[in-house]
Amino acid sequence: MVEALFWPALLGYGEAAIAYASLRTARAGTWGVRLGWLAQSALLAVQADRADGFPWASWSGSLNLFVWFVVGFYLIWGCRPRFRLLGLAVMPVAFVLLVAARLGGGTGLAHAAGKAPPYGNLFLVLHVGFVLAAFAGFTVAAGLAGLYLWEERRLKQRSADILRLRLPPLDSLERLARRTIAVSLPLLTLGLAAGIVRMRRDGDGLDALEVLTLGAWALYGSFVLARPTGRRAAYLALGGFALVALARLALAGSHFA
Amino acid sequence: MTLTVVGLSHHVANVDLRERVTLDLDAAAALARAAGDAVCLSTCNRTELYVAGGDESEVTALLEGVAGESLEGVLYTLHGEAAALHLFRVAAGLDSLVPGEGEILGQVRAAFEAVSAGPLLDRVFRQALTVGKRVRAETAIGESPASVSSAAAALVAQVFGDLTGRPVLLIGAGRMGELAAGNLASRGARIAYVANRTLSAGRQLADRFGGSAIALADVPAHLGEVDVVISSTGSADRVLRAADVPARRGRPLFFVDIAVPRDLDPAIASLDGCFLYDIDDLEAVVAETLAGRRAEATRAEQLVAEEATRFRSWQASLEVVPAIASLRARAEEIRQGELAKAEPRLSERERQALDSVTTQILNKLLHLPTVRMKEAAVTADGAVYADAVRHLFGLEDDR
Repeated sequence: MVEALFWPALLGYGEAAIAYASLRTARAGTWGVRLGWLAQSALLAVQADRADGFPWASWSGSLNLFVWFVVGFYLIWGCRPRFRLLGLAVMPVAFVLLVAARLGGGTGLAHAAGKAPPYGNLFLVLHVGFVLAAFAGFTVAAGLAGLYLWEERRLKQRSADILRLRLPPLDSLERLARRTIAVSLPLLTLGLAAGIVRMRRDGDGLDALEVLTLGAWALYGSFVLARPTGRRAAYLALGGFALVALARLALAGSHFA
Repeated sequence: MTLTVVGLSHHVANVDLRERVTLDLDAAAALARAAGDAVCLSTCNRTELYVAGGDESEVTALLEGVAGESLEGVLYTLHGEAAALHLFRVAAGLDSLVPGEGEILGQVRAAFEAVSAGPLLDRVFRQALTVGKRVRAETAIGESPASVSSAAAALVAQVFGDLTGRPVLLIGAGRMGELAAGNLASRGARIAYVANRTLSAGRQLADRFGGSAIALADVPAHLGEVDVVISSTGSADRVLRAADVPARRGRPLFFVDIAVPRDLDPAIASLDGCFLYDIDDLEAVVAETLAGRRAEATRAEQLVAEEATRFRSWQASLEVVPAIASLRARAEEIRQGELAKAEPRLSERERQALDSVTTQILNKLLHLPTVRMKEAAVTADGAVYADAVRHLFGLEDDR
């Protein structure tokens, strides 16, 4: 069952990653995102149904959930024609991460039906769910910030094709990135709070991933409070994402162990 | 009944001649009525009469009457599917001076709605409006600006998005600047200030846009209050230097310099948050977008061809419709006749049952021939089938 859902999801994301490269096929890319996301939603539902506890507590399982959040965030507005270049940035990443999740066993039932993790389901839902949702939001915000910088550079350089290969206006990109961060930060705060409560109860110390995540939280917090604009806002969003990416990919192993 | 178009356009007629035959909507409608079942499309680039089954020479005479001279060698005439295809291309903007321009679709609609068109013209014009909408929805042909002033407005929108209420400062009361300002105003921007060497000329223009007139020397002092600056003076010196531009603190400021020689210091482009486009930049953008329009025109031509095929199918089906109608009428006549003969021997209930059963038999029997004839009409066999049906069922008199 999970196989029959994983492959349509992967194919949908893969098709979108390729189709977004051209204006003519961009509409087909949008459908790839939609259908892929529906298939992955069903896959997660089956995993949740078959598991004894929280099925995405492993590194690869959480990657699977993370991809779902990223594409979900993107789906909110990303299917508009002008945002197709954001899709070109987001969908290949989603595709690669879903493959990584698969290679790690995070898209099957093995992890889900394995031995129950040492944490309660409620804690895992709050901690893993909120942190991953926030990370996904920051990822999409970074994509928007990247588009902002590219578009701003093209406008500054007075590229003749600026209206032919048309991106969303700078104002929209900046506003959407700010909103996405403003929504994601409370989610990260809740997820971190759940983790800190648990850590204090167990008497554990901070690991490298937790320190990095707290750093990202502080950076995004200052972003929301200071309300930077223009290039500065874009660089801050990308800086925060660098911390998120490091936490998510490079240091995640020790935390999940 | 055949569709015919007789007319002239920018392809074959110079502007002097086009000016003489350009009609306003009421005059065009009157000309169409004089031509019979017709629609007259008259714009600055074309005047065309679309006629259903009319006499070509009469239509030509009408147009020559408007021009006041012989139009031999200038007028073009198309019939049937070629005429429909021409109209579809016109509505899609593919026959326009600037490929994909959007105004023509509204003009086609207005011309159509100004008269009471018969079934053929009604069908072909409705389909033309659909083609025009499809081309704009499914291709990017109409998205890009085709003039310097509209390119400037599109670039400003590329920074600010929605331009509603965005304050604009116009330097110089020249024609180009006015056009660019008008384009921004049509997108909702507010022309807040007009700065001009002659204050009275500036005031005149400012009044038209609902803004205030200021002196050229006061421009730097007002830069903090606006988001867009358009400059088009005839000054030989720079009107604004980079040092005069105050820090924006993250708020972008867009400069459009359409003056030759340039009014604005090129160093402004390197200031943080400032964007500067001069006339060369704008012309390069327009040239690039026009190239894009031509590329999109190929896709638009495919859509137009699809619709032309659909029109041909519809028109072909018209050939068999009278035969189908005659066949059904004859069958119904026979059914009613036989029912009338049997009626004295039947009770009311039996008569109703027989009426229902015979109607159903008739419908089922005629369903397949009807479908087959309509299918054959799409190919060239429609007329052959129609003649065969008329001959087999003795319907020749019904023609």
